[in-house]
Amino acid sequence: MSRRTGVFAAVWPPLLVVLILLVLWELMVVLFSIPEYLLPTPRAVGRTMIEQWPRLIAATGRTATATLAGFGASAVLGVVAGSLLSLVPLARRGVYPLTLLLQMVPLVAIAPMLVIWFGIGLPSVIVAACIVSVFPVIAGTLDGLQSVDAGLAEMFRIQRVGRIRTWWKLGLPWSIPSVITGLRIAAGLAVIGAIVGEFVGAYGGDRAPLGAIITSALKQNQTATVFAAIGMASALGFLLFGLVNLGGWLLLRRWHASAQ
Amino acid sequence: MTGVEIELRGVAKTFDRSVEAVAPMDLALRAGGVTALLGPTGCGKSTLLRMIGGVEAPTGGSIDVRPKPRIGFCFQEPRLLPWRNVLRNVGLPLELDGRPRDVCHREARRRLEMVGLGDATELLPAALSGGMRMRAAVARSLVADPDLLLLDEPFGALDEVTRFRLDEEVANLVREKAITVVLVTHSISEAVFLADEVVVLSPRPARIIERYDIPFGERVASLRGTEAFARLQADIYDCLRGGMTEGES
Repeated sequence: MSRRTGVFAAVWPPLLVVLILLVLWELMVVLFSIPEYLLPTPRAVGRTMIEQWPRLIAATGRTATATLAGFGASAVLGVVAGSLLSLVPLARRGVYPLTLLLQMVPLVAIAPMLVIWFGIGLPSVIVAACIVSVFPVIAGTLDGLQSVDAGLAEMFRIQRVGRIRTWWKLGLPWSIPSVITGLRIAAGLAVIGAIVGEFVGAYGGDRAPLGAIITSALKQNQTATVFAAIGMASALGFLLFGLVNLGGWLLLRRWHASAQ
Repeated sequence: MTGVEIELRGVAKTFDRSVEAVAPMDLALRAGGVTALLGPTGCGKSTLLRMIGGVEAPTGGSIDVRPKPRIGFCFQEPRLLPWRNVLRNVGLPLELDGRPRDVCHREARRRLEMVGLGDATELLPAALSGGMRMRAAVARSLVADPDLLLLDEPFGALDEVTRFRLDEEVANLVREKAITVVLVTHSISEAVFLADEVVVLSPRPARIIERYDIPFGERVASLRGTEAFARLQADIYDCLRGGMTEGES
């Protein structure tokens, strides 16, 4: 019971803020008579969303598939890469600074290259989602593994436990909180990566995902559709973020302060 | 059973070529008995203990430990894995040795009953008091049936009442099994209460100032109130203080 009131107490203030912002937006558009192709009213966006619901929800499903696949690849690759970097000091010094490049290279610039390499369609979108979201997972994993309690690490050393087993029994569970933190950031980035990937690398028409809907609607000045698609993409990001939080809570609730 | 024999010959440790932690030292420890290494904070006694445990190599001399012992370690902090319940924490050394799960659990449960935590097996460390965590750590150090037990200021972070109680329990546990115990502590009363012999060390670099035979038999709480206990404690205090002022001059 108290848990439910807790959730309610956490949810209503931001909901109220959103409501106020929507009302202000609506008023502004009406008061200043802004044309719909520049900025549609929230009600127009809502109407478009209802009218085009079947198309939007199908597009969201396609984008969600690419996002989840990219995010999943990031999670696996990130934890594996972070672990390897932690286990092999030479790799850490040589390779880790280079993984920063993943952060620095502008995705928008390499997305067309991805299309050349992986072709139009799902694979290049998945790769785009993965490239932008993998770095926080690598960093989170590495941070966690490098900050293992010295006393616990010594205990394993005294018993002459091998590096891989120490990683499995001590390092990995110890790192879960910071891996989760990395995954939280990666969730939002994966959606961004997928949408940008879809701008240049997705099929249009009946098979259009959200990113492709946005580009084609922009060309036709259907701004309300653009906003509706943006709304769906944001909801997708929220959902993924929420799933990561839920997973983290399930894993950590019994022993870690961050989940209590 | 006669217990593990430990002999240090000219053992020395220097860190970074210049910081001398332990001066060359000869010391034969009592097999099957409890030896306390007593010295001021930072004197190098923990380094000595770690060398005996084989965790750190001496920079000079040699350490003979015969026969090759199974070592149990207990530190000042409990060092429990926060995501494992008490039972799985205590069974960890066996698990890391590759023993089957049911053996780990059975042995862990037995040791937990010995330290009075038989009803706390399913709890996570966060749910335990400081004293209970230390008990769990003691149980873990005993789970693999060690014949050499190394205690590094094991109860230093606990309140005195809890500490005394745990000292009493440990004293009885190790005497029952004739485990060779090396205890590092800066508490004179703990050293006198637990040990068969107290080795008083100087401030860094650690040297042996004096060795005291502790003639008491069974270690019961009332021992602390006796005159013999108080006298021995006072003697050792004088010795320790003498060593410290000498170090300052």
